[in-house]
Amino acid sequence: MDNIAGTKSSLGWAVNISVVFLVVLWLIPTVGLLVSSFRDRDQITATGWWLSPFAVEQNYQVSIPAEEARNDGEFFVIEGNIFSGGEGEVLRFGGRRAAPTEYAAGETADLRRDRTLTLQANGDFVYRNPEEITRDPNIYYSTATPPSFSLDNYRTILFSNNMDVAFINTFTVTIPATIIPILIAAFAAYALAWMDFRGRGFLIAMVVGLLVVPLQLALVPLLQLHNQVGIGQSFLGIWLAHTGFGLPLAIYLLRNYMVGLPRDIIESAKVDGATDFQVFTKIVLPLSFPALASFAIFQFLWVWNDLLVAKVFLPSTAESWVMTVKIADDLLGSRGGDWGILAGAAFISIAVPLVVFFTMQRYLVRGLLAGSVK
Amino acid sequence: MTGVTLNQAIKRYGETQVIHGVDLQVDDGEFCVFVGPSGCGKSTLLRMIAGLEETSEGKINIGARDVTHMDPSERGVAMVFQTYALYPHMTVKENMGFGLKMNGHPKADIDAKVKAASDVLKLDDYLHRKPAALSGGQRQRVAIGRAIVRGPEVFLFDEPLSNLDAELRVEMRVEIARLHKEIGATMIYVTHDQVEAMTLADKIVVLRAGHIEQVGAPLELYRNPDNRFVAGFIGSPAMNFLDGVVTEGGIDVPGLGRTIAVEAALPAQGTPVTLGVRPEHLEVQMGQGALQAELSEALGGVSYLHLDTPTGERLIVEERGDDRAAAGDTVDVTFEARRAMVFDRESGSRIR
Repeated sequence: MDNIAGTKSSLGWAVNISVVFLVVLWLIPTVGLLVSSFRDRDQITATGWWLSPFAVEQNYQVSIPAEEARNDGEFFVIEGNIFSGGEGEVLRFGGRRAAPTEYAAGETADLRRDRTLTLQANGDFVYRNPEEITRDPNIYYSTATPPSFSLDNYRTILFSNNMDVAFINTFTVTIPATIIPILIAAFAAYALAWMDFRGRGFLIAMVVGLLVVPLQLALVPLLQLHNQVGIGQSFLGIWLAHTGFGLPLAIYLLRNYMVGLPRDIIESAKVDGATDFQVFTKIVLPLSFPALASFAIFQFLWVWNDLLVAKVFLPSTAESWVMTVKIADDLLGSRGGDWGILAGAAFISIAVPLVVFFTMQRYLVRGLLAGSVK
Repeated sequence: MTGVTLNQAIKRYGETQVIHGVDLQVDDGEFCVFVGPSGCGKSTLLRMIAGLEETSEGKINIGARDVTHMDPSERGVAMVFQTYALYPHMTVKENMGFGLKMNGHPKADIDAKVKAASDVLKLDDYLHRKPAALSGGQRQRVAIGRAIVRGPEVFLFDEPLSNLDAELRVEMRVEIARLHKEIGATMIYVTHDQVEAMTLADKIVVLRAGHIEQVGAPLELYRNPDNRFVAGFIGSPAMNFLDGVVTEGGIDVPGLGRTIAVEAALPAQGTPVTLGVRPEHLEVQMGQGALQAELSEALGGVSYLHLDTPTGERLIVEERGDDRAAAGDTVDVTFEARRAMVFDRESGSRIR
C-alpha cells in the first residue's frame, strides 16, 4: 500500500529542503541589495550587509592641541577628552597611523621616545612627553557606531534632479512598446496558425529565422532609416524599434499557442457563422490570454530594463532620459562609489516590473480550455 | 424539401483520393447514418457536407441549393462534434446563442430560442455555468442544444457519443432519437458503432475506403446485404464465413464436411464461393460432428460459442436455452438453407 501513485513520497522533505535552499540561494543578492539600499555610505564601506544589524567599528583620528600642554616637572602633559564632552565609547586606540588600534581602552601605550598615551573608554586621555611638545600629536581610536537605517538613499534618488522625469519617460517608452507588438503579433499569429494561404510555411520559417538575428546588428541601419524618414531620435522611433525587435518572438510564441487550440472549436465557430475576424476576436483571442500575458510580461521587463536601445533611439538630452540611462549615466557617473544610492536606484527600477508580474501572473493559468473538448 | 444530395462527390488530398465519386440521396426529414471502419472516409464525407473540407469534384446540394463551394455558415447546417467543441470561456447560454449572435439576430430572439432549446434538453439549471462545470453528458447536450438553437435545415453529427461512457451513451442515443422525432429535420450521423447505426437510422450508408458499399434501411442491410463486407459489418457478433465450392446440388463446404443446398442462383460448378451464416441462425447439435468448441462466452440470456472447424476456420454460434455446449465439446451445427448467403470469393459480391 506504500507505493500507490499519488501518495506522498518519503523523500518529500528532501525536496522541500532543496527548494528552500535554492530559493534562499537565489534571493541572497537581492536581499543584500535591499539591505544596502537602507544603509549610509560609511557603514556600507565599513561592513558587509550581513553585519548590518550590529554596531560598526569605525576608526577616527583626532589631533590634540599642543598649546594645552603643561609641564608637571618630569613630563609635558596634555589632558582632555577626545569627544570634547560628547557621548562616545572608545574600543581601542593607538598613537601611530600604522597601528591605529594597537591598545585596548584604558591601557597605557608606550610610544616612541618615552612618550605615553592613556585613553579611557569614555574618551579621557593623558598624553605625556619628556620633551616639549611642538606639534599637535595625533590619537587614533575606534568606536562602535550603532547600526543606522534610513530612507535617505531613496530620498536622494527620488528627489534628485529629473528622476521623476526619467520614471515617466520609462513608462512612456514601455507601455506602447509592449502593447503595439502584442496587437500586431496576435493578428499575425492567428493568420499563420489558422488561415490557409500560399507561402504560409515560408512566412513561419522567416519569423523563426528572424529570432536568431541579434538586434545589435540592426541598431545603426535602423537609426539611419529613422533619420532618413524623419522620425529621428524620438519616442515614436523607440516604440517602432522595440516593436520590431519584439515581433519575431511574439509571433512565434502566440502562433505556437494558437495552433494548439482545438481545431473543433474553431470549425464549430465557422459552422456557427463566424467570420475569420469573429473567430479571432470571440474565440481565439480570449483563449490565448495566457500566451498574451506571458509575452506581455516578457516584453515589459525587457523594455523596462533596456539600456542599449534607449541610448540609441532616444535623444541624449536629460529630458528624454529613461531610468536605466539616468542610473547608468547620471548616478553611476557622478556617484559611482555611492553604493547605497545605486542599490536604492536598482530597487526603484525593480519595483514596477514586480508589480506588473504579480498583477499579470493570475492570467498565466492553466486549464483555460477545461470543459471545451474531452 | 431540404434533403441532401451528393453527386459524384470526390475528395483528394494532393494525389491521394480518399472519397471516390459518392452518389447519395438523403431525403427530407430522414435520419441517415454513415457507418464504416475507421479510415473509411465517413467523417470526411460529413465534413464535406458541412463545408469544412473542400469538395474536389462533384456536386453537393442541400434542398435545391448547390452548396458545393459555399462557406459552412451559408449552408444552413449545424454540426455536433465528437469532442463537443464547446467554447470554454462562454457560459452554456452564450455557447448556445453564439451562432445566432454571429448572424445578427436580436437579443430577445436569441434568448427565446435558447430557452426553447434548453427546455427540450433539460439544461435550464445550467445556463449560467461554464462548460468546465458540466459533466460529459451535459456537455454533449449543450453541443446538441447549440445545433438546435440555430434551427438548421440539416443536422450533422460526427460520432457525438463516442466520448461518453456506456450508460450515458445509451441515454443520449434515446435522446437523439426523440429529438429527431420532435424536430423532424434531416439528420446525418457518423458513427462506427453499429448499435447506434441500427437503432437510430432510417437509412444506413455503409462506407469502405471512400466507396459506398450499400445504402438501405437497417433491417434490410441485415437481412439482405449486397456483399460480404456489409454482411460482416452489420450484425454482432459478425456473420460467419466458410469457404466452399459450387458442386452438384449446392455448395461443398469442407469446414462442415458436407454439401449445403442453398437458395441462390449458383454459378458454374467448381467456382469458389464463400458461404455466410449469422451466429443467431446456427443451431448446435451436441455429441456429433467435428467442430471443436474452443471457448464459450456466457452473457446470460445468450452464450457465444466459438468453434474451430477441421479446416482451421472459425465459427461463432449463438446459443440460448438451458443446455449449452462447453469448451472442449465436439459438436456439429445446422441451419436453415434459406438463412445461408453466398458470396463470390473473388469480388465478395452477393450471389442471390
